[in-house]
Amino acid sequence: MSEEYKGRVIIAGRLEGEAVVSRKGFNTLASFQKSAMSKKKEAICGDQNNPEVFGKNLTGKVLCLPKTIGSTTGGMVLQTAAHLGIAPAALLFSEEIDSLAASGVILAEIWDDNRIITIDQLGSGFLEAVEDGDKIEIDDTGTVRIIKEKTQQN
Amino acid sequence: MKYNEMILTAEESAILEGGQGETMRKALESIIKYGQTFGAKKLVPIDHPVHLVTSFGIPMLKPVFSMMDQLIESGLKTEHPFTVDPRPMDFGNVKCSLIEKLVFRKIMYGAQETYEGQLKKVGLAGDDAFTCTCYMDEVGNIPQKGQNLAWAESSAVVYANSVLGARTNRNSGILELLCGIAGRAPVFGFLTDEGRRASWVIEVRTSGRPEAQVLGSAIGMKVMEDVPYIKGLDAFLGTEMSQENRDYLKDMGAATASNGAVGLYHVENLTPEAKDLGVKLIKKDAATYVIDDAELRRIRDGYPVMWKNKSAAPARCFIGCPHLSKRQIHEWLGRIEAELERQGRTRVAVDTVMTAAPQVVEAFKRENGACERLRATGVHLASICPLMYMNNPLCAKKAIITNSNKLRTYSTARYFTDAEIAKIAVKGSIDV
Repeated sequence: MSEEYKGRVIIAGRLEGEAVVSRKGFNTLASFQKSAMSKKKEAICGDQNNPEVFGKNLTGKVLCLPKTIGSTTGGMVLQTAAHLGIAPAALLFSEEIDSLAASGVILAEIWDDNRIITIDQLGSGFLEAVEDGDKIEIDDTGTVRIIKEKTQQN
Repeated sequence: MKYNEMILTAEESAILEGGQGETMRKALESIIKYGQTFGAKKLVPIDHPVHLVTSFGIPMLKPVFSMMDQLIESGLKTEHPFTVDPRPMDFGNVKCSLIEKLVFRKIMYGAQETYEGQLKKVGLAGDDAFTCTCYMDEVGNIPQKGQNLAWAESSAVVYANSVLGARTNRNSGILELLCGIAGRAPVFGFLTDEGRRASWVIEVRTSGRPEAQVLGSAIGMKVMEDVPYIKGLDAFLGTEMSQENRDYLKDMGAATASNGAVGLYHVENLTPEAKDLGVKLIKKDAATYVIDDAELRRIRDGYPVMWKNKSAAPARCFIGCPHLSKRQIHEWLGRIEAELERQGRTRVAVDTVMTAAPQVVEAFKRENGACERLRATGVHLASICPLMYMNNPLCAKKAIITNSNKLRTYSTARYFTDAEIAKIAVKGSIDV
């Protein structure tokens, strides 16, 4: 079974990956700081206020979220996570991307040539439908397909 | 020139074509792409210093250091000297063990000196320009109402927009510096009249003045990045923007920004635009959120306790995230002295650190007697960022208490109200 959604492309790319879902605002600093500071090879979400993703591996995943929230270091943290190789492979926003996440993915691309595939405005239905572990297919026109065959969880 | 959907001036077009070098071209391209993402049709000159969020030389921030090197090599700096968030370390006023000092100096903030050197070269205002409350009178990075800015630091952004009526988006670290160097910001969001209208009405129906940090937390968690118009708070705060009210709004705003992503709020009959425009600021389809005593209790009860031993004796107390005003230092001095007297003690039992801007600390120290009184209570004054202090495995394991909802959100520190903090700091136990 698969469902298809169309969004706006911020950073284009093609990808197949596994979904990690935050249905509430994703706090970038709180989520990445511990793993990044302790030089972990994978980012384990450290945001105590977001039990849905707390403790889950974010590296290389397709992070599905409404927005990012919190500190204005957020974009820089995202840019650094990409540089360290611990960022999600893709960010899929149900709403319009926020200013912090936009800064992060744009600076990573222009200054470091690191691309985090980013699509926004996928709609609330997308975030209602997608679940942790779903297989996600993304194409470079902003089409996102959710495939409901659970892959192995963290 | 039209670049996608953005109209550029001749100078901007020339920069984008490399007329001022590759680094300046990349700086402007970053700002333009950022603006285009949010539908900006033009850039606007910014004629006020930027405020930076990135104050810490964490070696992992290699992309930031590399960008700074490129800016410096190209001879670029901001037109106006800028301020930046607090330093992470102050061993003179925030006691650390030998191993902690080693971890801070060599591992955590091993690039601090190098990074501060980079900041100076791109336009840092001075050695004392490190605070999250650059808008304090003593510091002087105070924008005017209606002035366009490009600031980062979520608590400073929400203060500048809401309390001062200036106009800045919630810019991310380094993007704000690029705007300062280019002298331009894209026009969208909080730089537009429409972007400053409220999509939430908050009705405060509490029995007394709500704790600023919990009220802000409740609002932030509910509205996320939307603009709230707060009704009912003027019943407790009045209608004049006194220093006490500015301090209250500073702390409330920081909690809205860290527990959610609020960049602007209006308080009916109090904040500048709410005074000018009133309910005209509220969008037609705005949602309503009622906050009463029970709701504040529910919010606070939902804070997870991250201590391993939940009844541990506190090892340290941080007051001042965001940094305190001079009035707040006096207020805390009075609160602590009263609590010492009530408990029949002479000094606080918990190692207590109040944090404020370097210039605010100096101004407080110049006041006759107050500094001696504070020293007598055992409380220290420092200008560090408590959050940066907490961001390492050694300190994260400690039982730290705070009155800051921002510090609670980003660390293992445990939140208590101002009144509770005073009691606990004096007694040395959370069992008060």
